[in-house]
Amino acid sequence: MLSRVADSLYWMSRYLERAEHTARLLDVNLNLMLDEGPERAGHRWERFLSSLGRPKNVKWDGNPYELTHAMTFDTKNHASVLSCIMRARENARHVREQISTEQWHRLNSLYLEVTRPELRTLMQAEAQQPTGDAPAAFLQRVMDAIHEFQGVTDSTMSHGEGWHFIQTGRFLERANATALLLEAYQADLWALPERGIEGNEYLEWMGLLRSATAFEAYCKVYTADLSPEKILEFVLLDEEFPHSIRFSIERVRVALDHIQADAGGTRAENLRRISGRISAQLGYASVEEILMGNTVEYLRSIQQQCSTIHEAIYHLYMDYSIQVALAG
Amino acid sequence: MDKTLSSEAAALQPSQISSLANYRLDEAYDEMFSGENVLRSHYDPLLQHFAELPPDEVQRRKQSADLSFLNQGITFTVYGREEGTEKIFPYDLLPRIITSAEWARVERGLTQRITALNLFLKDIYNEGRILKDNVVPRELVYACPQYRRQMMGLQVPRNVYVAICGTDLIRMQSGEFVVLEDNLRVPSGVSYMLTNRRVMKRIFPQLFRHYNVRPIEHYTQVLLSTLRSLAPEGRPEPNIVLLSPGVFNSAYFEHAYLARQMGIELVEGRDLVVHDNICYMRTTSGLRRVDVIYRRVDDDFIDPLSFRPDSILGVAGIFNAYRAGNVTLANAFGTGVADDKALYAFVPAIIKYYLGEDPILNNVETYLCTIDKQREHVLANLDKLVVKAVGESGGYGMLIGPHATPKERALFAEKIKANPRNYIAQPTISFSRAPCLIGDELEPRHVDLRPYVLYGDKVTIVPGGLTRVALTRGSLVVNSSQGGGSKDTWVLS
Repeated sequence: MLSRVADSLYWMSRYLERAEHTARLLDVNLNLMLDEGPERAGHRWERFLSSLGRPKNVKWDGNPYELTHAMTFDTKNHASVLSCIMRARENARHVREQISTEQWHRLNSLYLEVTRPELRTLMQAEAQQPTGDAPAAFLQRVMDAIHEFQGVTDSTMSHGEGWHFIQTGRFLERANATALLLEAYQADLWALPERGIEGNEYLEWMGLLRSATAFEAYCKVYTADLSPEKILEFVLLDEEFPHSIRFSIERVRVALDHIQADAGGTRAENLRRISGRISAQLGYASVEEILMGNTVEYLRSIQQQCSTIHEAIYHLYMDYSIQVALAG
Repeated sequence: MDKTLSSEAAALQPSQISSLANYRLDEAYDEMFSGENVLRSHYDPLLQHFAELPPDEVQRRKQSADLSFLNQGITFTVYGREEGTEKIFPYDLLPRIITSAEWARVERGLTQRITALNLFLKDIYNEGRILKDNVVPRELVYACPQYRRQMMGLQVPRNVYVAICGTDLIRMQSGEFVVLEDNLRVPSGVSYMLTNRRVMKRIFPQLFRHYNVRPIEHYTQVLLSTLRSLAPEGRPEPNIVLLSPGVFNSAYFEHAYLARQMGIELVEGRDLVVHDNICYMRTTSGLRRVDVIYRRVDDDFIDPLSFRPDSILGVAGIFNAYRAGNVTLANAFGTGVADDKALYAFVPAIIKYYLGEDPILNNVETYLCTIDKQREHVLANLDKLVVKAVGESGGYGMLIGPHATPKERALFAEKIKANPRNYIAQPTISFSRAPCLIGDELEPRHVDLRPYVLYGDKVTIVPGGLTRVALTRGSLVVNSSQGGGSKDTWVLS
């Protein structure tokens, strides 16, 4: 497969995952905001920005709907939902021939829908005079469309090298974003384990779980009995839940193994070592040990390893030097 | 051709067909009628079939065809507007029909022409006999911007410079096919020929079966074997790729379509690297050697080291790899000198010089503005002539004298005086018209024909081509960028 094609598939997938994640976080926070007094809004939205890695030029200035607008429609903001969708679509357009018609159709319809001028007018009006309905419907639509895209990707595209690059992009983005999300909640949930329950905690815990689409899945394992330790254990270490970091990293590892088998050669030893190590680390970790140690450090080390994997993929499959390739 | 398609009842006379009410003949050759209400027999079943369809059924089929194009993403990009404006190439439902005798002559004529033009290119990039013998003026060749001195003395595989050519033919008032333009660089449009046919077969299956239409579907296969036959020696399993400028190019759909149909990789400049005069493509499993490149990037942009240094679409060093014989590009570099609009006037002489034959397909009468007498004639008759800039294509940079305002003509006259080498003029030709569906009625519109010629180990022309239509009433401009459309072309066996 051409390196450029692999690159585009990988980023198409990463951007869509990012768009979905951002949309979900907005949706959850807009919803939970309604249950609490305006004095807590600052804390909530600052944490929201932290959990997205503090996007450049976006600041909390007291109006949640303006912030929502900046994070959905502002194309000058590279982290906005719209920017991510546009970039995903642009990547898809460059490899139009490599993806299935169904995939292209879903992604292109989503793009056409979110770039409709009427929608923009509507959202601008909404930012000035909020009703709260329009963003929720819009965000839901984005999430649905991306889920549909992932469905047709799995069911219409051959599960070959290209598909594995899509998997890698999606799950690497997810692992990294989820680690960042947990880090943003660290101070509220795990920093003071002896803290008594005030009443608002339940809302916060549920918010975190819902931000990772984990609420229902969590309840099936632990019942609705929420506790910060169990939440951390579930979102970080659950083996079967598709948004847990452990699950995501394992998917990345498996996809990379397939790519190595397809692309052939032993060049991938280093990449296998890094992805295998983090996967094993999560597979054999215990939540008690993590909480006894420095949780923030632990979560940061996961993000660090995700970015090492990203660089190794680039170094190996996309942006390698000619001399090295010819020598090997 | 089988006439059983028309119903058992007596066939309708043209005068009885209501959709022909606005079908007016003029001095141009009409593809369907040989005279007022006198039908050419090969159009009879088509017309009968159409007359029997209720109007809403015709519209339904038209919509079905349009939708089919849209869903397949068969679009092109229009330049000079908002970036990435994609449009469907307008499509006319009625096929243009060419009889086997007419086609046989076209086929022989095109074979003769491409053979002679290849010999010409070989000659001017080597000994230059034709220049020494003063058949073609030296300055015309050397002053041509498409002349590439880098090609001098180079042995190209099989001596094939132009492997893929799309020649524009028009029909004169007499019905004779003549050559309007040779496209020897990167001719486009073949994907429309192929997709038009596919849509047509789906929309009019019975009609298609009753005419005995010669197939064209093997075009991509022939193209692939043509490219394979040009591979460098010692590369028995050549890696063939199609080089595209990328998604913003107006013909990107076609590049992707052809690559997919041939099962070859669609690459862009940034996918290729040249190291030690060998061309590779970057893949996830490392560098893979490339042997043949079907390039859809112009000479100017293909190698910043040898041609335009500011190009980012190309591959640095590709020309040297080509010179070293490690990779073949089709078409070769510098072929544009032979489809220069000024050189066009000499093609009949070129054919005569190399093959000792008279041209089978004639040229349109052409005035060269470099020659004083001819320039004076052109300037004096600007209101009757079509003036074309030699380096432009796609209907850009031309003046259609009879349709232009005096101001436009005056402006063009200045341009001609300033740079005579850059302009040629031709009489305004009212080329042939074919029936088109306009609303619910049939009306005649001007059409041309672009057959595609392939030249590898032998010359192959799939029977057919792209018939382009000037959909605006009275218009003579068929270019897709200027409001033209296309229709399927049926060559009968």
